[in-house]
Amino acid sequence: MGMHGAIARLPDGQLDPLRDAYRAAVAARRRRTLVGSAILLAAVLVAGGVAEIDLRRVAENIHRLPDYVARIFTLDDGRPVWRDPAEWMWGVGYWTRLLGETVLIAYLGTATGAVLGFFLCFFASANLAPGGWTRVASRRCLEFCRTVPELVFALLFVQAFGLGPLPGVLAISIHTAGALGKLFAEVVENIDMRPVEGAKSCGASWSQAIRYAVMPQVASNLASYALLRFEINVRGAAVMGFVGAGGIGQDLIEAIRKFYYPDVSAMLVLIILCVTAIDLATERLRHRLLGWEHQR
Amino acid sequence: MTNRSPHAGDLDPVTARTRFPRSFPSPLRSHGAAMAIFLSLSGVLAWGYSIVGVSPMRFMEGIGKLGSIALLMLPPDTGDWAKFLTYLYALAETVAIALLGTLAAAIVAFPVALLASRNVLANRVVHFASRRILDCVRGVDELIWALVWINVVGLGPFAGVLAIATANAGIFGKLFSEAIEASGRGPVEGVLSTGGNDGHAVRYGLLPQVVPVLLSQVLYYFESNTRSATIIGIVGAGGIGLHISEQIRMLEYQHVSAIILMILVAVALIDRLSSGLRLAIVGTRAAGRA
Repeated sequence: MGMHGAIARLPDGQLDPLRDAYRAAVAARRRRTLVGSAILLAAVLVAGGVAEIDLRRVAENIHRLPDYVARIFTLDDGRPVWRDPAEWMWGVGYWTRLLGETVLIAYLGTATGAVLGFFLCFFASANLAPGGWTRVASRRCLEFCRTVPELVFALLFVQAFGLGPLPGVLAISIHTAGALGKLFAEVVENIDMRPVEGAKSCGASWSQAIRYAVMPQVASNLASYALLRFEINVRGAAVMGFVGAGGIGQDLIEAIRKFYYPDVSAMLVLIILCVTAIDLATERLRHRLLGWEHQR
Repeated sequence: MTNRSPHAGDLDPVTARTRFPRSFPSPLRSHGAAMAIFLSLSGVLAWGYSIVGVSPMRFMEGIGKLGSIALLMLPPDTGDWAKFLTYLYALAETVAIALLGTLAAAIVAFPVALLASRNVLANRVVHFASRRILDCVRGVDELIWALVWINVVGLGPFAGVLAIATANAGIFGKLFSEAIEASGRGPVEGVLSTGGNDGHAVRYGLLPQVVPVLLSQVLYYFESNTRSATIIGIVGAGGIGLHISEQIRMLEYQHVSAIILMILVAVALIDRLSSGLRLAIVGTRAAGRA
């Protein structure tokens, strides 16, 4: 405790202005936080009015959530589902097949979208774009593809291609092309340009420079982004069936709407298991890919 | 080792190849694995497309129909002003759903994230359990949550708010706990060493480090949730989605393109707003990307 004596203190004459400055800085911060909170509160109140939030209704109905969860884990004869897993998972073969279709939709959508995004990203990147207007055009195109929600594309494609997994695949492809194209372009913009200059100075064409000077720098990063997108798209493909675009969604929405309670929980559990397994697998792969990246 | 290698300029490619064979590996050896992966991925792609039943005929037919739909969309038109105002209100509802859902998710996720981060709570059981619960919540899409919540609170935007909140609570829980685990140990130890209790350590040692990061993540997701909230109405949970699916089913394509245009403008505005605020809070544009 004798340490206090060792700390040198400024004389009060020098200390006071510093103290005042500190107080002023703290007060300014407080004011800023206060103003920010007030704006946020106002926005929340307006939004609450627009979204018809009624806290009384929440209080009255909140008990229905645990009721609903309990209900979907109860068989029709009143026993909990884990007492008779065979009865609960009666449709497991059929659901697994639908889940397989869902994963296939996600895979096809991701692969097609990644190829499209790959070809567009070089036109959209600031450092490699062959011309100013191609860059603007491809950027706008990518932006459009990723802003329009995939379910809206799916609704339109269902009208053009008919019901089934194909419109789902196309909708996911377009959305993925937009999202990945932007990320890919950002990766390409961050490369070291010296290899590109080297290749060009030896007479390489634009595409040769991309193949031999750009690809080795970006390939593992692009693959890692594509894997991440695959994970997202599996979730997205699970609801494509809501609008008739294939996968397990069609049966899920039917079970929810028609109150086939145990079926709802069975399908949800299968979806969660599948998504988790894919998450874990892609996470491993991505760490490997990024490991390669660091070794380079 | 005794004979000096000639100057690179004196070598023609053929002699170079014979003298330095290790610098010219066969492409099969250097790229064999990559080529095998690429070929199998393309094989699965071709097989998959044949499974989902795409034939060149069906594809071209669909493209043709899509072209005529695109023509029917022009010019975008909502018919009359009353309709336009209806859509505008629905769009406001969409943004409101995104705002409230994101905020509620952040408020719920923060305490869970504290439980799920290794450096705040050393209990492995709690840590494991909260992680797995977050995984399950995250594994289910917003639209499915919307359907579940509709059964609980009825149709309308409120179910949409709850759906966005639930799905995002899972995401935020994970992102927040990662941010908390990445924070420095120094300030926390400093507070503890001067006699602060655990609460003080969180408030004065941890929060000043993580709050800017968390805020910028929340802002980023506010923007992304505005996009998701546009479709949540498809299942009846409020917002513009109800109108867009209705107009597509009624083949009113000019209305559809007008609504899409309105969504694009709204999302662009929110994007501006959120990246501006992120810049003000964190000081870098990229920090919010998780």
